[in-house]
Order: sequence, then structure tokens, then C-alpha cells
Amino acid sequence: MTPVLEVRNLGKSFGGVRAVDDVSFSVEAGKLLALIGPNGAGKTTCFNMLNGQLPSDRGEVIFDGRTITGLKPREVWRLGVGRTFQITATFASMSVRENVQMALISHAGETWTLFGRAKDRHVAEADALLKQVGMLDQAERACGVLAYGDLKRVELAVAIANKPKLLLMDEPTAGMAPRERIALMALTAEIARERGIAVLFTEHDMDVVFAHSDAILVLDRGKLIAKGRAEEVRNDPAVRAVYLGSGATSGGH
Amino acid sequence: MIDLIFAQTLNGLASASSLFLVACGLSIIFGVTRIVNFAHGSFYMLGAYLAFTLVTRFGPADVFGFWGGVLVAALIVAALGAIVEIVILRRIYQAPELFQLLATFGLVLMVQDIALGIWGPEDKLGPRAPGFKSFVVLMGSRFPTYELFLIVVGPIMLGLLWFLFQKTRWGTLVRAATQDREMVGALGVNQRLLFTSVFAFGAGLAALGGALQLPREAVNLHMDLSMISEAFVVVVVGGLGSVTGAYLAAVLIGIIHAFGILVFPKITLVLVFLVMAVVLVIKPYGLMGERPVGSAHAHGPVEPLLLPASFNIKLIGLAALAVLLLAPFVVADHWLLTLTELSIFALFAASLHFMMGPGGMASFGHAAYFGLGAYGAALAVKWLGMPMLPALAFAPFLAGIAGFVFGWFCVRLSGVYLAMLTLAFAQIAWATAFQWVDVTGGDNGILGIWPAPWASSKLVYYYLALAICVAAILALRVVIFAPFGYALRAGRDSPLRAEAIGLPVMRIQWIAFIIAAFAAGIAGALFAFFKGSVFPTYMAIPRSVDGLLMVLLGGVQTVSGPIVGAFAFMGLQEQLVKATMYWRFVLGASIVLLVILFPRGLVGTALAFAERRREAEPAPPVTAAPELAR
Amino acid sequence: MLEIEGLNAYYGRAHILHGVGFSMGRGEVLALMGRNGAGKSTTMKAVMGLVPPQAGRVIFEGHTIVGREPFEIARLGIGYVPEERRVFSELSVMENLSVAQRPKREGAPHWTPERLFQLFPNLGRMRDRPGGAMSGGEQQMLTIARTLMGNPKLVLLDEPSEGLAPVIVEEMAKTILALKSEGLSVLISEQNLHFAGSVADRATIIEKGLIRFTGTMDELKADEAVRAQYLSV
Repeated sequence: MTPVLEVRNLGKSFGGVRAVDDVSFSVEAGKLLALIGPNGAGKTTCFNMLNGQLPSDRGEVIFDGRTITGLKPREVWRLGVGRTFQITATFASMSVRENVQMALISHAGETWTLFGRAKDRHVAEADALLKQVGMLDQAERACGVLAYGDLKRVELAVAIANKPKLLLMDEPTAGMAPRERIALMALTAEIARERGIAVLFTEHDMDVVFAHSDAILVLDRGKLIAKGRAEEVRNDPAVRAVYLGSGATSGGH
Repeated sequence: MIDLIFAQTLNGLASASSLFLVACGLSIIFGVTRIVNFAHGSFYMLGAYLAFTLVTRFGPADVFGFWGGVLVAALIVAALGAIVEIVILRRIYQAPELFQLLATFGLVLMVQDIALGIWGPEDKLGPRAPGFKSFVVLMGSRFPTYELFLIVVGPIMLGLLWFLFQKTRWGTLVRAATQDREMVGALGVNQRLLFTSVFAFGAGLAALGGALQLPREAVNLHMDLSMISEAFVVVVVGGLGSVTGAYLAAVLIGIIHAFGILVFPKITLVLVFLVMAVVLVIKPYGLMGERPVGSAHAHGPVEPLLLPASFNIKLIGLAALAVLLLAPFVVADHWLLTLTELSIFALFAASLHFMMGPGGMASFGHAAYFGLGAYGAALAVKWLGMPMLPALAFAPFLAGIAGFVFGWFCVRLSGVYLAMLTLAFAQIAWATAFQWVDVTGGDNGILGIWPAPWASSKLVYYYLALAICVAAILALRVVIFAPFGYALRAGRDSPLRAEAIGLPVMRIQWIAFIIAAFAAGIAGALFAFFKGSVFPTYMAIPRSVDGLLMVLLGGVQTVSGPIVGAFAFMGLQEQLVKATMYWRFVLGASIVLLVILFPRGLVGTALAFAERRREAEPAPPVTAAPELAR
Repeated sequence: MLEIEGLNAYYGRAHILHGVGFSMGRGEVLALMGRNGAGKSTTMKAVMGLVPPQAGRVIFEGHTIVGREPFEIARLGIGYVPEERRVFSELSVMENLSVAQRPKREGAPHWTPERLFQLFPNLGRMRDRPGGAMSGGEQQMLTIARTLMGNPKLVLLDEPSEGLAPVIVEEMAKTILALKSEGLSVLISEQNLHFAGSVADRATIIEKGLIRFTGTMDELKADEAVRAQYLSV
């Protein structure tokens, strides 16, 4: 099976420091790939290069059979790459449903329409998405007053509105309670399998990583130092030294 | 030729010093208090007036008399700055940024009338500085030694300021507070004292800049606004918060002015604009500036849901419209004039709200598009011989084209930078109308722009204006609730997310900018035929601030607020002008009071009041607690 | 040394704290636990005066501190380390420390940059580096060091383990224990039970703006029902 995303020898330097150094990996449809590593290891830089927010210095990003290196975030999104952010980013002056409708309007190419109510467009589709993430009963509420965990689920609905083939999630569970974290990633995994979406996510919660990833990449100082299934990575001495530590404060991982 | 270039370079450098001092104070005050201090030009003007009085009293020929006067003037203004900070600004640090700006503009109006009351309307010519009365001959041209002195003052002040900010504890605290003032307080630093001292320091710098101009140019009542707009340009070009950037930009602007007078004596400001444009294309945050950290919505209330008008509001709107339609049958004739003007300004306010509210782009220079609409109509009549209706149709395009060009630059910036840039562009439009006498008639304006014979009665023109304004306002409303309006709001709420779902935020904002300019142009064109004449003052800063006042008074978060605001403000102003000669002072004081009392605007305050009454009834507490994952 | 009673606070128009009350002893590490949005951060901000409480009493060493300015509260000896770290990104490490410098305080450990660099050796190697050019873990150390420069008696640490790699979290736990051994009282807000368990003496659980449980760490570990209900673990 051909991977949805293939990254080849990706590299980026900031003022002589190699933030991302010769990184290669791939993700397949319906799979969850976790990207972990110490703070400042280059995870976010890597993400920003994948969706076009940052230009890369070296290497190639191939999505769905075509090179997307050098495209703008908007163009990458149009090709079918969704993204969620570490800090939730929703439209505070819109209701939950309108947030999803906005993504659907953009996907349908109706952004420039000057007449007719936006509120009446794509209602059924928006509600279907909200139902999937369990937010339909709060569809009328303003995003600005939602609880954090609920916001994250709205973001997920927005991110899959354009029927992406790849979803990039930057610390999707940051700031959530332990069980909510597991629940959100379980939901993500379910949606990914059902819709055949490849998911790449960064995460610091090892419970989440070990429970919900099909494979794990470990980044340290811009380099990939380990790659593999949960047990392999967990027992890798190099990973223990730079990242996992003794496990005393992270639940024995 | 070489000697001419040399002389003009020296001229430019000399005028840069005062500009630097003013811009630097503006930049520092903004950095720490996050207040765009419109009154900074007033401090500059006060510095000059006070220095004039003090130097004259102390003895202008005496070394101590002169320099003592200059220094004491700066110190007095610094103390005034401290009082202003303590009495007014301290009460409104929690208010949204634009309200703070309005309060400082209220101060501008008050100071203008105070200066008028104390020093009278005539220009004051200051004495020459003792010890710097002579000329030196440099490369064949005579050069006043005072100019040379000013050239040296700039770099010396730059050095002193650098030392102050990098090497003293006060400077470190100021830099820290510039990044995160709340955190500085939580670390045990007395924030109040710091804010007051920063404001006083900035005011003192501005006053020193003004006082040093005393031997160079006459002190007059227009110094404040002309300086503030130049200082904005310097701050935008240099980079907000950078002292070195402010100096470089001041030198650049000073030199351009000096050479511009040689090359294009009539359009020096256009040259300034071109240079500013080039700088901003290459470095959007100025020569030494960096992309501001944190979001533009650092404080102020969370945006509420924007809902279409409820049944009740629609009913009120219809009733109001019915009143306006029936008014001519009831009220006296001269009231029709007032109502026509109010309708026109309601459209002006609605067009500004369109870009400020849903677009999140505050404009300090919206009058430019109003004025260009008016000039578009006047020029069409005068030079193209168009009748009224074609002229009315043509005029908004002139405003729209200006929006197209200026907007392209503005949408590359955000927040205060964007607002300052809009002001600078408006000043350019104003200066063009003022300086290009052959086409625009300069200060004398263009007269004789009367409506077509069928529309020349007050009644018919009232209905015509009302119809066009209501149609345009409704059209703006439709766009706000259409997909485009949603996309615009999306870009304001979260540019990051908007880009991530494929919305080209900048292009959307650009289109919104053009639409707003076009709508303001319609209002301007109607105004030209209403008054029968156009003048550069249509585009001057006070008119832009009028627009801001209407929108903010009404409440920027509601769609109908600006219309209420337009009526409230125009009504207030009209009564004041009738009542007193010092109406500016009273208006300014009212603005300051309104901001202190109603930090959310009239409609916003009414809504909040209604909501609080609803909340007062027993209701489940609103908490941000999440439900367990199902 | 810290007593809180009936604390009520609003964030904007949302009523977040509905009468929070707990107390802390000298030299104690207390974990304030609860889900996101339960009111942990708001409690700390209310104590610090950053969110003015609408009702309630906060008494620190005999001083009533409700209604005082944040800087006055800081000067009484309470240090605050915000969740978002908020280091001054354009100031160097040394300058960041100097902003918070306060005179020596009776009954509290006295900190100098040199002493702090012993506690955080990494910082000592980057004295002139701007705060913005540091990694998340380094910034977390800097923000704690900065707060200590005020020689506080009580430190409020908001979510110190959030967003940090497990190895750094371990280091953070050691740091907190080191502060405790200096005689400092520490209030940490935390969602990570493993982390809280390794540093805190007692825990208090907040949920929907009310205190639902207070007890020793061992009691919390033994009480599965409480953990399931309020911490969702």
C-alpha cells in the first residue's frame, strides 16, 4: 500500500542550527503516527514544513503521490491536509455549527459570495460532522464559551470538514484531563480508521502515545533517533536517556 | 549641485531631531501602556507654547533664560503628562484599545481650546537661541549654527536613550513591561509608578522636541495634528518600540522632506508616502521592528456571537425608518438639513464599522475615502461636466480605487500598525487635495457642486440621500451575514485557523477594505452635493476621528450600533457648536467622560445591562467545566 | 501561612470560583488538582490579585490580601509562576532575573543569580541568551528562577509539568523538592497525578469552582472513587 505522506530527507536550519536534520518517514491511510521528543527537538518546525507554513531548506514532502514542498498552507489544505493546533484556534464570534460551516463554505469555494445567508449553507453536513465528534447538542453555543475539551472536538470536526487524507495534529491533548485525552485520541483513531485518514501527531502524554499510535517517531535535536512500535521505542536506551527518563512522573512508561 | 544636496541633507538632519524625540516618546508610551497616544502632538505643541512664554519671561537673550525656559517647559509638560496618566488613563487601561485612543483624542480637542484660550489664534514667533544666532559657511552656503546644534542633538539623545534603556534598572523594567506588563506587576514591580513615569517621560520628550523648534518656526495651533501624523509615519517606518528605528526613520523622513521641496515642491508628502510604501513592502514591521508577539486582541472583551437582528430589533429599525420617512411632514424645514446630514454620516459610520467590526481593521483615516468620494463628485462636475447622477455614480470609484491601493499596504499589517498606516494614507490624500491647487483649488476647495434641478429642493434631496444611504447600509448588512462576511470575521477571530481551512485572509481583508472605501465614497459624494462644495478638511484627521467616535460610541460589536452612534454624536456636536465658542473643549471632555463611563459604547453597554438583568435571575452558574468524555 | 475562605471570582462574565477555601502550612507542598477549567489557574490568579476576587478572604501570614495590587502581594512574599511561563523574550536570562530582584526577606531563602545557577545549571550556561531563544524546558526553569529572585516564602506554580518532555518533568520534580528542602511552601496546580504524587504532601481537588476533596497524597491515592469522579483517571 502506498503511503499517504512520504517525507524524504527533510531539513531546516535557523541561524546555523539544524532544527530538522535529514528526517524521513511515511504514514499510511487509517494509521496514527506519533512524533515525540524533547522540547525544542524540532517537532513543530517539522509540522510547519509539512503544511507549508515554513519553507524547507532540503528534502521533499510527497503527499498522495505529488510533491507539495513549497506550496502555501492554503494550497496544501486544498489538496487534503487538515491541521489542528497546540493552542485551540476557533472563531470565537461564531457558534459551533458556524465554525464547521465556515470550513465547508471554504471547501465548496463559496468564500467570495456576497449575498445570501451563510447560516443556511451546508447545515446537514455540518451537523453530521458535529454528531460524529459528539458536539451536536452544543451546536448553537458560541465557541468562546466552550469548555476546553469541547473546543478540541470542534477543532477536530473543522479539521475533517474538507475530507482530508492526512491530518496533522500538534499536541492535540495538551491541557486536557487524563481521561479526556484518551477519549479524544480514541475518537480520532476511530474517525481515522473509518475515513481512511492518515494521522500524524505530536504529544507529550505517554499514556496517549502508547495507547493510540500505530508507530512512533522520536526526534532529538532535529534528528530521528528511533522509529518503531511502542515496545521497541519504550525499551530503546537512547530514547529513555533523552526523553522518557525513568518513568517516575509519567506513569511508569 | 553638490553643495545644494549637502545643504538639504543638513536641513533634513536638523528637522529630524525634533521628530525623533516626539516619535520616540510615542513609541515608548505605546510599548508600555499599549495606548496610542493621539495627544502626543498636543504635548509637542504645549512644549513649544510654554517654552515661548517661559523664554520670553526669563529673558530670551540670556543663556540661562533661553535654555532654562526650554528645559522647564519640558518638565512642566512631563508633570502634566503624569497628571493625565493618573487622572484619566489609569481608569481606562482595561478598556479596549480604540477607546483609549478616543480618550486621548478628546485630550487633543481640550488642549487645542486651552491653547487657543491662553495664547490666542495668532502664530507666535520665538526668539533665536543665544549662542546660536550666527551662520557658518559650509561648502559655499550659509548655514545657521542652530541647525547644526539640532543635528548633534539627535544622535546625543539616541545615545542617552540607549544607555537609559539598556543599562539602567528603570530601562530594563520598561523593556520587560513592554513585553508583559501584567507579569512585571506579579513580580513585585510597582506598575502604577512605572506607567506614570513612562508617560511623563514620553510627554517630556515630546515637549522638548516642541521647545527646541522655537527658534526654527512659528508656534501655532496646528502643530499638534501635523506632528502626530508625521510621528505615526516615523513610528511605522522605524518599527514600533525601536528607539534606533525611530531615529533612522526620522532622519529618512526629514531628508525626504528637505529634498522633496526641491524636486516636487507641491507633493512632498507623496514622496514620503512612496518611501514608506517601499519600506513596508520590504519590512512590514518597519526598519527595526519585529512582528509583534502575542495577538492583537490582547485585552478587551471576548467577541460575542454575531446574530442577525431579532424580530424586536427589526421592528425598531422599521419604526425608525418610518419616522425618517414621515419626518418631513412634521418637522420644520431646517431639520431636513440635519436629517440629511445624519443619514449621510450613518452610512459613513456603517462603512467604517464594516472594516472595523467584522474586518477587525481599525482605521484612523477613514475620512480619506469619504473625502475622495466628495472630491470625485466635485471633480466629475467641474472637470468632466457630469450631471449629478453620473457624478454620484462615478465618485465612489475614486474612493474605491484609493481603497484598492492603500488597502493593499494596510492589510499586510495588523492592529495598531494598520491603524497608523491608514492615518498616514489619509494625511497623504488630505495633503494632495491641499497642495494640488490647480486641480483641487487647494484650501479654497471646489465650489458650486449643486444637485440637479429636480433634486434641488431640500425635501427631494433628503429623500434621495435617505434612499441611497439606507440601500447602501442594508447592502453592507447583507454582506456581513453572507459567506464573505463570515470569512472576514473568521480572519479576524483566528487568522491561523482561517488560513488552515483555506481562507486567503489578506485578500479577504483587502476586498473588505475596498468595499468599505467605496461605501464611504458614496457618503462623501452625497455630502458634496448636499453642501454644494468640497474642502480638504473633509479628509482631515478630525473627520476620521468623528467616524471612529460614531462607531465606538454605538458599539463596534453590533451591526446597528454605528448608526445609533452617528445620530448620537452628530446631535451632540451640533448642539455644542451652537452653544459655545469653546465647543472643542466641551466635546473633548465629553469624549473622555464617555470613555470612562461607558467603555463598551452605548449599544454595547445597553446590551450588557440587559444581559446582567437576565443573569440576575436565578440561573445555573456559567462555568467552564467540561463534561466527561462520553 | 496561607488561608483561603469563600473565594469567589469571575473571569470576564463567567463565574469561575464559587467559594474556594483551603489552607497551607509553612514548608508544605500542596497540589491543587482538577480538570482543565475547574478553576485551578483562576484560584492562583485570584490569590495573586491578577483576577480580582469578588468575595472571600485570603490571609497570608496574617495580612488580608484581597483587594491589593499584584505587586503589593508579591512584595509580601508570594511568588507566582504562570502556566504560560511568560519569560520576557527580548530580555537576556540575567535581565529576566534582575526584573524580579527584591531585597532580602526575613524568614525566606535568599537567592542570587549565582545560587540559582547552582539549582539550574543550564541557565548558568546561557546568561546572555534572550528568553525567546530558549526551549520550552529552559524557559520553564527560567520562569521559576525569575520568581525566586523575589525571595518569596510561598511559590504558586501553575501547571509546571504541562507540555514538557518526561525527562524534564522529572527534573522539575527534583527542583520542587529542592525548594521544599530550603523551607519554601509551594502550591502547584496539576492534572498529572504521577507528578503530583512525587512532590506533594497533600492534595486538594477543585471541580466547578468548589473544593471537593482535601487530604494527604496517600489518602488520595487510596480513594479510587474521588480520583475517578474528579480527576478522570
